[in-house]
Amino acid sequence: MTKKITLKINGAEHTMEVEPRMLLIHAIRENASLTGSHIGCDTSSCGACTVLIDGKSAKSCTILAVQAQGKEIATVEGLATAEGLHPIQEGFHLNHALHCGFCTPGLMMRAVELLEKNPNPTEDEIRWGISGNLCRCTGYNNIVSAIQWTSAKMQGKELPSTEPKFV
Amino acid sequence: MIKCKTSKEIGGMGHSKKRKEDARFIQGKGNYVDDVKLPGMLYMDIVRSPYAYAKIKSIDATAALAIPGVVAVVTGKDLEKYGLHWMPTLMSDTQMVLPTDTVMYQAQEVAAVIATSRYLARDGKEAVMVDYEPMKPVMDPFKALDEDAPVLRSDQEGKTDNHIWHWEVGDKEKTANVFDNADVVVKQQMHIPRIHVASIETCGCVASYDKVTNHLTMYMTTQAPHAIRTVIALVAGHVGLTEEKIRVISPDIGGGFGGKVPVYPGYVIAIAVSFLTGAPIKWIEDRSENLQADSFARDYHITAEMAGTKDGKIQATRFKVLADHGYTDASANPSKFPTGLFSIGTGSYDYGAAYMEADAVYTNKPPGGVAYRCSFRVTEAVHAIERMTDMFAKKVGKDPAQLRMENFIKKEDFPWASPTGWSYDSGDYHAGLQKAMDAIDYHGLRKEQIEMRAEGKFLGIGISTFTEVVGAGPSQDFDILGIKMFDSAEIRVHPTGKAIARFGTKSQGQGHETTYAQIIAEELGIPMEHIQIEEGDTDTAPYGLGTYASRSTPTAGAAAAMAARKLRDKAKKIAAHLLEVSEQDLEWEPGKFFVKGAPEKSKTIQEIVFAAYTNHPEGMEGGFEATHYYDPPNLTFPSGAYICVVEVDAETCDIKVRRFVAIDDCGNIINPMIVQGQVHGGLTQGIAPAMYEELIYDDSGNILNGTFMDYLVPTAVESPSWETGHTVTPAPHHPIGAKGVGESPTVGAPPAIVNAIVDAVAHLGIKHLEIPVTPFKLFKELQNVGYFKKTT
Ligand code: FES
Ligand code: FES
Repeated sequence: MTKKITLKINGAEHTMEVEPRMLLIHAIRENASLTGSHIGCDTSSCGACTVLIDGKSAKSCTILAVQAQGKEIATVEGLATAEGLHPIQEGFHLNHALHCGFCTPGLMMRAVELLEKNPNPTEDEIRWGISGNLCRCTGYNNIVSAIQWTSAKMQGKELPSTEPKFV
Repeated sequence: MIKCKTSKEIGGMGHSKKRKEDARFIQGKGNYVDDVKLPGMLYMDIVRSPYAYAKIKSIDATAALAIPGVVAVVTGKDLEKYGLHWMPTLMSDTQMVLPTDTVMYQAQEVAAVIATSRYLARDGKEAVMVDYEPMKPVMDPFKALDEDAPVLRSDQEGKTDNHIWHWEVGDKEKTANVFDNADVVVKQQMHIPRIHVASIETCGCVASYDKVTNHLTMYMTTQAPHAIRTVIALVAGHVGLTEEKIRVISPDIGGGFGGKVPVYPGYVIAIAVSFLTGAPIKWIEDRSENLQADSFARDYHITAEMAGTKDGKIQATRFKVLADHGYTDASANPSKFPTGLFSIGTGSYDYGAAYMEADAVYTNKPPGGVAYRCSFRVTEAVHAIERMTDMFAKKVGKDPAQLRMENFIKKEDFPWASPTGWSYDSGDYHAGLQKAMDAIDYHGLRKEQIEMRAEGKFLGIGISTFTEVVGAGPSQDFDILGIKMFDSAEIRVHPTGKAIARFGTKSQGQGHETTYAQIIAEELGIPMEHIQIEEGDTDTAPYGLGTYASRSTPTAGAAAAMAARKLRDKAKKIAAHLLEVSEQDLEWEPGKFFVKGAPEKSKTIQEIVFAAYTNHPEGMEGGFEATHYYDPPNLTFPSGAYICVVEVDAETCDIKVRRFVAIDDCGNIINPMIVQGQVHGGLTQGIAPAMYEELIYDDSGNILNGTFMDYLVPTAVESPSWETGHTVTPAPHHPIGAKGVGESPTVGAPPAIVNAIVDAVAHLGIKHLEIPVTPFKLFKELQNVGYFKKTT
């Protein structure tokens, strides 16, 4: 018992036969072969699967593929354009905000929405804003710095140094 | 500031080079095991036991097999036919792959379902009917040693109890003597609870056996691909899978922290099924399966004692440990070290008497004793010594920083022989602690603490000054399953002067593609951008024991430097030939050889390498390649001085880390940015067990927090903003003077945090708090000392 659906991911249409129970993350990873979004848990806790649906960040392990029909889905693969990397990608790279990289796509998608809604967040707002995404490697310091750097970049402000600071 | 010998362009040691591996990860192009998709691939899911201890009366797969798309259901009895139902652990214990009659812990693998899709495999799993006869499990390690406790490992011939091994080190009598005559003795029972690494990627594999070529390709989440290949050959050699027919590929790994060192039953079942069917088999754990069944860390019950003089001189320590290993000893320790490097627990202090002993027991918990960013029990040891040092300071009425300063091993006393047999290579403990105290304004904080107490507010300051021991290890003492723990590097420089280097280690986020390139750039002067690093494919990389226990830089990093030096020697010969001078007339500066006194006469490394392929001296081997297997002469001894400041809410017992300063000494630094990143991450895996994480079981053996809903991995909100710095005391015996850093912060942070929390409420009579220190635990302790009135 499958259903034919068309998902619009990063502007491209993917038509697939899915069971109604299939999770969106599986449809994205397996049917559309976009493996940049990851799976880190089975309780909607880790945020590794975060994508944007109509501009809002969502845990794609918590939504059925059939529910996402007709919506604009954006994943990490769609961040960079012909002009180059998205500022959030640069921000993560320059601020050493990733180690193993497994949480990174989800965190970047979450940060994109955060900055959209609040272009100039405080450290506290950033920390609460990404508290639905777990990272086991970085300790979050540099993720916070990356989002601050990206905020400056997107507003055309003076860019903070990306050299590590030591006491 | 770190001084660099190479230009920014070459990017050798000391440069905060941005990471080369980032490009694929930030664009969603990483290749993790669940991204591997092979034609004809089948999916495996695993039926797990709801009971901690039970007889299996029957397994009925009829309903599962009736589901279209379910291809097979595999049980222990099926594997038994091929002798594949048991496997060795890395500690030469044994473990069931699938049980034939008894399950020994909750969530143990009972049967495997193979199907054409992930979802159908899960349907099949739900449909397998298992009839159990539950028995009363042994959950308390102390009770496991009772005379009337059931013998859990009745599979072991002649086994009459649940005791696994006894271990001891140090001079028992001498230590007892010091204790008997000491002015002051402090003693504390403490539990370092069972925790889980919970890397965000779980474990998994794709096992692909080709029946035509008789080759197995195994994509798997492993930190030690070569060792795993050898283990597979040992387990499955008798059915024809010999080592040359096995290729282990460790693709990008989404965090390891030690949890991806062992061989889990799922891997073996996937191999067995692929071997029998010829189809590629994918197995990816759920998070809950990962938390509930994979190897855990810690679970040490320690009775710690310290003796000293009334004016604050430490004289002796004595630790007694009961180690709960669960159903099997599946640690990943070097074979001669059943407690890992626990004997580092005499710490950073200068005294001559210590005795430590440990007994390990079996219980009905998942197997292990593996790792949580520290596999070798250094965390447990450091927690004990640093808690005792604080308790001792309190008892003799000294400031804990002052007492540490007075007891530190002095920098001129290295190498220093510890009472448990280590030769500490180097350190400058006074400088580290002083730097941390200055950075955080220690004396100012002590004043503020007094003022706040007068207002009924609680401020606590906690110190931890630890010595780590990493870089396993020298081959006379260190092996796993008999394989010596050296590591390797192979460098090939192409005619145009660009290189590829391969290693026996495997990064799981540590940034090897950048740091190894920097080590080679430092030695050869080839820009690090032009050095490609490869790891994780046993068909191409030289043999090595993998990445864990902060061993990559001390072992493989050293191998890289040594292989590069072999090439530099060759380069010198070629340069002499090209410049028509003798080798003695040449001098090296990063990137070129020049003639002494005539610097305009020079040959760049690129010119030299080109000549190695086009115009090498007669009698010399052509090409430009070298391999080195590095066997360390000693371990390395990184150290750190951490100070934590906490504020405790006097009403809610909420604990807030106000500041945390970490000064690490990991010797020479390859990439300060990456070292700092490692420290940030390690500190977060230090606050986690100190305040949040613990795997909890009830008396019936049920895990009470086996999902990410209940097991609290710190988010950005729980994690403080870390402040880090360093002192640099190079390892004298190491080719590049580096010591390794990945685990230091996880080892050093918990006692700093707990010492701070205890310090915040010490004036109310609290002497010790067990980790994780939660607000509720603190509330109860404050109730016990009469600060809060008991309501019942
Ligand atoms: S996979 Fe963890 S929240 Fe979606
Ligand atoms: S970088 Fe590894 S989980 Fe975030």
